[in-house]
Amino acid sequence: MNAVVKQLTGLRDWVDDRFPLVQLWNDHMGQYYAPKNFNFWYYFGVLSIVVLALQILTGIWLTMNYKPDAELAFASVEYIMRDVEWGWLIRYMHSTGASAFFIVVYLHMFRALLYGSYKKPRELIWVLGMFTYLALMAEAFLGYLLPWGQMSFWGAQVIISLFGAIPFVGDTLSLWIRGDFVVSDVTLNRFFSLHVIAMPLAIIGLVFLHIIALHEVGSNNPDGVEIKKKKGPDGKPLDGIPFHPYYTVKDSVGVIIFFMFFAAVVFFAPEFGGWFLEANNFVPANPLVTPEHIVPLWYFTPFYAILRAVPDKLIGVLLMGAATNILFLLPWLDRSPVKSIRYRGPIFKTALSLFVISFIALGYLGTQTPTPQMTWMARGFSAIYFGFFLLMPFYSKMDKTKPVPDRVTSK
Amino acid sequence: MSDNAVDVDRRRFLTGTTAVIGGIGAAVASVPFIASFQPSAKAKAIGAPVEVDIGKIEPGQRITQKWRGQPVWIVRRTSAMVDSLKNIDGDLLRDPASSESIQPEYAANAWRSAKEEYLILVGLCTHLGCSPSFVPEPGAIDEAWVGGFFCPCHGSKFDLAGRAYSGYPAPTNMTVPPYRFASDTRIVIGEDEGDAS
Repeated sequence: MNAVVKQLTGLRDWVDDRFPLVQLWNDHMGQYYAPKNFNFWYYFGVLSIVVLALQILTGIWLTMNYKPDAELAFASVEYIMRDVEWGWLIRYMHSTGASAFFIVVYLHMFRALLYGSYKKPRELIWVLGMFTYLALMAEAFLGYLLPWGQMSFWGAQVIISLFGAIPFVGDTLSLWIRGDFVVSDVTLNRFFSLHVIAMPLAIIGLVFLHIIALHEVGSNNPDGVEIKKKKGPDGKPLDGIPFHPYYTVKDSVGVIIFFMFFAAVVFFAPEFGGWFLEANNFVPANPLVTPEHIVPLWYFTPFYAILRAVPDKLIGVLLMGAATNILFLLPWLDRSPVKSIRYRGPIFKTALSLFVISFIALGYLGTQTPTPQMTWMARGFSAIYFGFFLLMPFYSKMDKTKPVPDRVTSK
Repeated sequence: MSDNAVDVDRRRFLTGTTAVIGGIGAAVASVPFIASFQPSAKAKAIGAPVEVDIGKIEPGQRITQKWRGQPVWIVRRTSAMVDSLKNIDGDLLRDPASSESIQPEYAANAWRSAKEEYLILVGLCTHLGCSPSFVPEPGAIDEAWVGGFFCPCHGSKFDLAGRAYSGYPAPTNMTVPPYRFASDTRIVIGEDEGDAS
């Protein structure tokens, strides 16, 4: 036994002389001190990584049987579903994984809103996370064309046409994106390339930067207290515990529970009542007929509702773009002296509640057929959505805050 | 100059010129990658005209024909339909005179076609490119509806000449493709009147 340990230690030292293995492990796992008061909300970061890994794994397997050709694509997906050994499972894991990705990412972002994780000194972590979110939206959109169903086709047609609203260069730009005068085989083939190579590389790179930036400044926590300010005689934060083994073990429990929910959807409700896979996408793409009721998947519908609420093409597209990009500015819009919602006053709590309600309401309205009443409701909720951000410099400053403790609390 | 002294100016010059030349090289090298996204020669070639038999269209009926991958509609309007166009208040329309919209010269009129009876349109909404539904029955969408096209995606409305109603997202009237009548019952989509051979 001792001999084996000695051999392994020797191997580690051999590698360590040539590659900073132990140092990397210590910096990011073994001696990365995370606040000891992480709660439920802190699972969604690691879950995002887990889902990313799952999407890459299942994606590689799907690529083995999928054909990026307008004549063959739809049938190849059905071939995966019916004839490929375990193909149905791999495909349902990938399609459920797409929705799961947005669920965990939205909750991860909401956590940042709750505890002010985007505030100084973590602005760059937030900005890198926002770029990852945009890349994820692009990845989801590109991937949705691949099954070449009716929703794939018309969804892509609508989203690419959004670029056509840009003055002067719009039409040239949408032609450039499609590579054809309509969404066609050319578009499908290039979307496939971008979906399986370009965007995953970008996402992995951004996630890497996101984590490097996080480990540089250290994690925030539900109290919004900087644990690095109170260090023990050994130089370690008094309220910090090593990420490994404490959080690796704790997160494993979260990952297992996540997979229980995930498996329940994959096995019993993979279409999730049309929310994860839309009925119209089981009809092959037909460039001559738009389905009666066309909506994007749920994770885009809040922005889609904003687009539809505006009776002007250009302004609608601009507001839709602004609705996502305004999040970049969050660290500089929030003027509150405290980070965590625990020590914020009633104004911020009300504003955040209204924001969540408007986001969910817009998401619902985006799935419904537009009626005049619904359009007016969407306009109202859009105003709340933007108001949350645009008025933040004022209300976050005037809000009454409670004193923040020196150390994290053990609630 | 001794062997140990560093000529800072020379070093800065060399670094600068290398960076500039390298930058220009990278910019030029990006051209083929960006231009490669443009439609290929093959995609451009598929724009050939199509000839359609319109003799069997019933009055009030619409048929759909694929041209350049896009749906092209041919509607044989009844005289009641044509009359309904004349009764629409121009203030309700975005572009009643079709001055901002795309159509050949012979369709730049109130009924937007060469012959009043036949309406030929590219069947895509000018908002975000969905294909609107053909709803000819008056009152089918709301009480004021006199018949026309309704886009299910974002609620844009068009009259039976493809003219956009104000207050909905579509910015211009629907596009009329070039076409010519080869005979009384046949039209060629994709060729202008002047192109007749």
